[in-house]
Amino acid sequence: MRLDVILRVLAKLLIPFAVMFASYVQFHGDFGPGGGFQAGVIIAAAVIFYGLIYGLPSAREVVPDVLVEAMIAIGVLVYAGVGIAGLLLGGNYLDYFVLDHDPVHGQHRGIFWVEAGVAITVSAVMLKIFYVFAGRRRDAGGEGS
Amino acid sequence: MGAAAIGIARQRNLFGVVLLSGIYSFLMATLLVVLDAVDVAMTEAAVGAGISTVLLLGAIHLTGGTESKPIHKPWLPLFVVVVTGGMLVYGTLGLPAFSDPQAPIHQHVAPSYLNEGPVKTGVPNVVTAVLASYRGFDTLGETTVVFTAGIGVIALLRRRRPRQKFDDRDDGREGGK
Repeated sequence: MRLDVILRVLAKLLIPFAVMFASYVQFHGDFGPGGGFQAGVIIAAAVIFYGLIYGLPSAREVVPDVLVEAMIAIGVLVYAGVGIAGLLLGGNYLDYFVLDHDPVHGQHRGIFWVEAGVAITVSAVMLKIFYVFAGRRRDAGGEGS
Repeated sequence: MGAAAIGIARQRNLFGVVLLSGIYSFLMATLLVVLDAVDVAMTEAAVGAGISTVLLLGAIHLTGGTESKPIHKPWLPLFVVVVTGGMLVYGTLGLPAFSDPQAPIHQHVAPSYLNEGPVKTGVPNVVTAVLASYRGFDTLGETTVVFTAGIGVIALLRRRRPRQKFDDRDDGREGGK
């Protein structure tokens, strides 16, 4: 476990690209395939990959439990907050046209924040499930493999 | 894919089952790419083949690697599966032909999404426009479902941790500070 040099080096090489691909999927979702759910899943997969190879404690250091649990709720709140922002600006719930002076820009802004909310919640939930599964029997041996 | 499915059903070694289901998911993702559903394919590859495989391996690590012998004969479940599958296949005979542009589903709201969506929302990707804007409430519901699933997993799996571990963690935190 401690001597898997090839795995460790490969993981170090691949994880930045995975995270970059996730942000591409997230922010380019308006033009190409993808969106919040896919981006969130890919980010979670990158961190899980890191956790598999470097061990759960180091993954927990990179993305601590408290942050993950907060992100689960923050994502839904961001999404719902977009709806409430629409209400406050005089539209219907989840009405993006009122979010900016130009309706099309408003749509852009609304979709951006909504997708961000989805990505945050999805990635946090996936990570949290991995953490609790892999952390169940920490003292009885290695984790994940 | 059929071979993978039969292998999953025949295999008693759960490690093999997990690997076969990962292969099945990758094949499914390829199929979805062929069907031009790249979003779904991405999700299938990442969740079905990646994360769920890891989670199942973690579950095997916790529970042990061999399936116990079934106590029932498989004939009744097999009969139910065959009958249900047959009825579903019979049902598809009444559906419009695959990718028929005259099918009712393509006549209802789809033309207005395709024609007005990019103009109204300024988003060229119609999937994103429909998902986040036209069907914003649905997506909010889906996000809430994911949220609820996460909360449920935390509630289920956290509680049964031995007490001593909480103490360990607390100690670690205080030491860190």
